[in-house]
Amino acid sequence: MSRTHKPGALSRRSLLQASAGIAGGTLLPQAFTLPAFAVGDHPAIGTYPAGSQGDTVNIAAAVPRTGTYAVQGEDELKGWQLAVEHINNGDPLLKKIAPKVTKGLLGKKVNLLAADSAAKPNQAVQEVQTFINQNKIILMTGSTSSAVAVALNKFAQREKVLYVTGISGSNDTTGKDCVRYGFRQNFYGETAANAIGPVLVKAYGKGKKAAFMTPDYTYGHTVTKSVNDYLTKNGGWTQVTNQVSPLGTQDFSQYLTNIANSGADVIVNVNWGRDAVLSVQQAKQFGLTPKMQMVIPYQIPFLAKEAGPELMEGVYAATDFWWTLEDKYPLAKMFVEAFDKKYGYKPEWGANNAYMSFAIWARMVSNAGSFYPPDVIKEYEKGEKFDSTVGEVYFRKEDHQLVRPVIIVRGKKPSAMKNKEDFWEVLEVVPGLPLMQKPDAFGCNLGDYT
Amino acid sequence: MVNWGNFISQCFNGLVLGALLALISSGLTIIYGTLGVLNLAHGAMFMLGGYAGWVGYTYTGSFVVAVFVGSLFVMIVGVVVERGIIRYFYSRPHEDQLLVTFGLGIVFVEAVRFFFGSLSKAVPPPPIFQGITPLGFMFYPTYRLALLGIVAVALLALYVVLYRTRIGMIVRAGIEDSVMVDSLGIDVYKIFMLVFGIGAMAAGFAGIVNAPVVSIAPDVGEAILVQTFVVVVIGGVGSFPGAILGGLIAGEIISITSMFNPGYAYVMLFVAMTLVLVLRPYGLLGTAGRE
Repeated sequence: MSRTHKPGALSRRSLLQASAGIAGGTLLPQAFTLPAFAVGDHPAIGTYPAGSQGDTVNIAAAVPRTGTYAVQGEDELKGWQLAVEHINNGDPLLKKIAPKVTKGLLGKKVNLLAADSAAKPNQAVQEVQTFINQNKIILMTGSTSSAVAVALNKFAQREKVLYVTGISGSNDTTGKDCVRYGFRQNFYGETAANAIGPVLVKAYGKGKKAAFMTPDYTYGHTVTKSVNDYLTKNGGWTQVTNQVSPLGTQDFSQYLTNIANSGADVIVNVNWGRDAVLSVQQAKQFGLTPKMQMVIPYQIPFLAKEAGPELMEGVYAATDFWWTLEDKYPLAKMFVEAFDKKYGYKPEWGANNAYMSFAIWARMVSNAGSFYPPDVIKEYEKGEKFDSTVGEVYFRKEDHQLVRPVIIVRGKKPSAMKNKEDFWEVLEVVPGLPLMQKPDAFGCNLGDYT
Repeated sequence: MVNWGNFISQCFNGLVLGALLALISSGLTIIYGTLGVLNLAHGAMFMLGGYAGWVGYTYTGSFVVAVFVGSLFVMIVGVVVERGIIRYFYSRPHEDQLLVTFGLGIVFVEAVRFFFGSLSKAVPPPPIFQGITPLGFMFYPTYRLALLGIVAVALLALYVVLYRTRIGMIVRAGIEDSVMVDSLGIDVYKIFMLVFGIGAMAAGFAGIVNAPVVSIAPDVGEAILVQTFVVVVIGGVGSFPGAILGGLIAGEIISITSMFNPGYAYVMLFVAMTLVLVLRPYGLLGTAGRE
């Protein structure tokens, strides 16, 4: 046998080195996850108990601070920050939602970490993974895009770390992509459609022609489907065109031209964030509105502020929260005041959703008396009713969706605005349960606790 | 079935979008052609033009002032950046140039976000171009029609500078072979500064004249940068006429595909780019040998 060493052939030494490397590589991750110290009768799971052993517990938000949803992401972040502040100082508002919270949660200070997701699912998952590895976070949040929410849902279930969604309007989030470790506070496509549908049929009549504008991802497609299904079935409306655009579109002229030639009476604009602002402005430039009626089935925080009240006058929208609900709900009043005092403007629904999702989590943890994730999940699943900024609400145990009302608003005439943030008139607060599909209708299967 | 009214309208949309892409791409392509630097901050400069113009508009209420402020400000930024940073990168590898311009782009975008926030800003079109014009086959926003003329004039001005002046001759010679121009005793670095300034100004001008169509936000340049690269590849790197042809082709592809299925608009654009790369690797009007 020749002893010459051929280039490209494996030497025994390098083979050994490589195998040692591979063996070490496969062993190491196990070595890191091995400390399975049980606390009481709770086995270690996810970041439990490592994440809740010190004086402080870390929680994290992967939220868009750049890109199409940056404006809404910043607003959400403010809501989360306010909630954490209220948890840590035992604010009276927070105690109305989570009575057992004292100062901090189970005697520990809560610390919020944040990173910019740019509304991209991969980026959000990577950031949260880093927070889990480095900071042992015990709760994650984030999403202003349902694509991110769905990705984080699956990630939460895999990592066994709780996840409360930020803004997420897709039916899938608590439908086919629901998970045991994920919870959603806000309204979504199906409830939006069933709440605004009757209002539209009443306002515009039966047998109308609708043009849809849909952003090309899970949120857009499910909302468009739910709204179209309702209007077709109950109003005899027809969808004459559905203009699907990629997230981050700047020039809507091609889509608007198609709509101009479609003979539509009503434009149902499902676009969101900056896409919504630009499509609304450009629809006006092309003279489509006010000739055609614009409808916003899933309202966008700051849309009226950015596009201007003139363009929103008479526009119907379904939303999660609007600040003038303070006249109806005491908790809404407390929240709006606290937020306005800290940040100098009236909170939009993204901030309210963010605040509520953390406050509810604090309620569940303090009621459970434990950070052990399955205990906290079971607390959510008890379905107990509690007070919120939109009245009494509860979680549906089958799909982890909050049962909550949907708010129908209409854009005010600029001359009728009482102050510079008085953009919308609340027409109706539609009770939540009748708006929801059956828990298994969208294929939800929550998965395991452990 | 093709609706002809819709078809003509979409061709028109394509023309407006294409003209704008042509203007931005021409700036990018002459910079790359002359300096050999692929300016990844070009999209951010487009955005800066919009914001500088918006500030000008806010203080004076005049659209004309806004256009001047937007263009001049970005030209100055271009010259300063070239003198302060880019010129140290001419002899360095392309990766370094990409990184430094990419970084500059991030700095510009985040600086604007810091000072102006993320909420978008609107610049209304000048009063004479407000409203809608009936074209027979459809109603069209008057300002978009005007934009076609404004961009055409700007491109013509750029053409005159590049093809009818001595400086333009030197710039074009620099695109073909900057070492030769240098050895003929012309201070090629002064020309580089000028070219970078003019290229930046084209982006800034496009940024402010586009502001009444697409309201401005810190990220406004990001998407346009990608399209601009496609235009430059289709038209031919370093070719001014190529940028115009590429821009118009890209605009028409996006618009006409949208008529059938908007979801495929950008797919078709990249298909076209791939076809060009396969059949004419130097672009439609490019020349072999340019880097």
